[in-house]
Amino acid sequence: MIKKKLIIISAILMMISSYAVARDQIKIVGSSTVYPFSTVVAERFGKQGKFKTPVVESTGTGGGFKSFCGGVGVQHPDITGASRAIKKDELELCIKNGVTEVIELPIGNDGIAFSHSVKAKDQNFTKTQLWKAIAHDVVVDGKLVKNPFKNWSDIDKSLPNIKIEILVAPPTSGTRDAFDELVMVKGCDTDFQKLADKKNCTKYREDGAVIEAGENDTLIVQKLTSSPNIFGYFGYSYLAANKDKIKAVKIDGIAPTIEGIQNFSYPVARPLFIYAKKAHASVIPGFKEFLNEYTGKSAVGTTGYLFKVGLVPNSKATEDKVRDTAANLVVLKQ
Amino acid sequence: MSKVEKIKLLKKRYKAERRFKFYGILSVCLAILFLFILIINIFSKGSGAFFKTEILLNIKFDEKKLGLNINSSDKEIQEANFEEILKDALLVLAPKVPELKQAELIDMVSIDAALEVKKFYFYNKGVLNKIAEVPLTLSDDLDQVYKGNFPRDIPEERRRFSDFQLKIFDDQISKNKIVYKFNWSFLTNADSREPELAGVASSLAGSFFTILVCLILSFPIGILAAIYLEEFAPKNKITEIIEVNVNNLAAVPSIVFGLLGLGVFLNYFYLPRSTPLVGGMVLALMTLPRIIIPCRAALKAVPPSIREGALALGASKVQTVMHNVVPLAMPGTLSGTIIGLSQALGETAPLLLIGMIAFINVVPATPIDPSAVLPVQVYLWSESAERGFVEKTSATIIILIFFLIIMNSFAIYLRNKFERKWS
Repeated sequence: MIKKKLIIISAILMMISSYAVARDQIKIVGSSTVYPFSTVVAERFGKQGKFKTPVVESTGTGGGFKSFCGGVGVQHPDITGASRAIKKDELELCIKNGVTEVIELPIGNDGIAFSHSVKAKDQNFTKTQLWKAIAHDVVVDGKLVKNPFKNWSDIDKSLPNIKIEILVAPPTSGTRDAFDELVMVKGCDTDFQKLADKKNCTKYREDGAVIEAGENDTLIVQKLTSSPNIFGYFGYSYLAANKDKIKAVKIDGIAPTIEGIQNFSYPVARPLFIYAKKAHASVIPGFKEFLNEYTGKSAVGTTGYLFKVGLVPNSKATEDKVRDTAANLVVLKQ
Repeated sequence: MSKVEKIKLLKKRYKAERRFKFYGILSVCLAILFLFILIINIFSKGSGAFFKTEILLNIKFDEKKLGLNINSSDKEIQEANFEEILKDALLVLAPKVPELKQAELIDMVSIDAALEVKKFYFYNKGVLNKIAEVPLTLSDDLDQVYKGNFPRDIPEERRRFSDFQLKIFDDQISKNKIVYKFNWSFLTNADSREPELAGVASSLAGSFFTILVCLILSFPIGILAAIYLEEFAPKNKITEIIEVNVNNLAAVPSIVFGLLGLGVFLNYFYLPRSTPLVGGMVLALMTLPRIIIPCRAALKAVPPSIREGALALGASKVQTVMHNVVPLAMPGTLSGTIIGLSQALGETAPLLLIGMIAFINVVPATPIDPSAVLPVQVYLWSESAERGFVEKTSATIIILIFFLIIMNSFAIYLRNKFERKWS
């Protein structure tokens, strides 16, 4: 009786461990901004019927790198998505754990659209104006004070006389990181930097004019639709999917168009990446084919299916270069 | 005190009583109102997901284009390419259009359309070389227009579909070729990034396996721990510390159990990531104190006379507990277990860390296949930009609430059916 049980238990354990040893499915982790694109590619890739559909996890860019750089072997993910380039310390962690050959693929670009309801009047803000509307402390008459601006017209007479109300993403969000880096730091005026630490540029005001709306972008869209005077920001794909309800304001006179985001003339644009482990290419079935699919002609470009879900494609030259990198598994130089 | 004063005082007391009753009714009414608003809100948003629009397309099953004949084996049919006959049939809707518009025509149906044609042929092999009317899933953009969730009277550049597509769509509606029917695929399909194809089957199966693993682990361990602590353990410092810790554990935020799962199950034992096996183990840790506490309470509620009677008749301690006390405590234990499990069913935070917040395109067949669970599906869809996922999110909440209601009413049923009143 006991023998029988032992056999069953050891059989189950062997089944589980053998599963862990031989994985026939690609595992992807990383940024929630890249997640919608990776999943679309994964689904189409699986539907071709040659390989299993890859599992795509949404862990955030930092969390993605942490498990991606955990080591080489089937218990570690093969690919991670990132809404920014890999940092030096992350690459060092990778190398320390034996992940020496990393393939970097810029898959396209994302613009952060500062948006409001289609019912409202078109607007144009400069980065400094946006910073003044959102920052916790500003400089007025040479003195550092708590943000006194109640209406947009208090910041600049040319702006409309409406109450400042902005829905922002929580600090954990990658979109907020990018917005802080591209708008709040760059819009931070020199007077402020003389009087206060530069780090405080990204501190948001807490008097109710800036409202933290949670991670749910769909909810932000709903709120913007119901009150035309409120502004909010999110990734370009949300704007593309909800263009019947919301529109983007111009920043420094430039609207977030495809071309503008592609050549970074739109000030709040950033490239998106996936990183892959070359060491896994010969171990995981379908690894090379998946990278080829991700960078292939049917996926990228303005006619590709990724464009339809809101990914702003690379320029033609970059597109071909990325395709080559994927096909030849060119490793990132350290 | 005069009689008049006494009557006055009495009236005052009656008034106070009426006032108190009124407050009670008011708070019950408010609670019902909030529940009602929540349910109406979810149902009005989510009911659309249970229906879908299909287009009836006349497709010619040309044997040359398919490369099949009447004797073709199932394998040959599986490998045949149905894209071409589908494209031909779509082009008939608007003959002589430039190539760019052809792409728009193909975009009107879902990306699975060719697969649906193949499936249709599989069950109707007699249609070879004939024209047959095949129902195909429409793309979610047009589906949302049909359901009235996306306005059609706005400029073309602000829409997700072109004037050309809309014209053909209206044309097909007037010809009665667009049908609106119950969306079975929502219940049978796995997750997809195309809203018209996305279903809850993968997360439903994932939830089932996760809860199963959780039940198998937490129920026996929880009950044995509770019986030992309540009936056998000596009352001393150590058991007191254990008791405090069990109560404490019930209040620990669930994400902490996720960290534990990541550190121990994944990084130390190398169990497979994103699987219901690990998910169930993590949730079992979380559920354990929630089973132990009500189980101990149920055991405590069994009157000592039962134990004394059994002992007086010569039963041993184990016999007394197993034959007399535990059966009487079972209703309370079971309903505690079910409520613990229904809490586990709604949990997402600990699953994030063990990789279950993931896109799973296939329905898991065993607890060691990667899978998501229902609340995770709600979270992932609520994050998606496409309009079609708004109704899918609410529909998944409806399904989740449905299962919670079933589990909780089962708990109440067990309690009422088997509970013994001591008089």
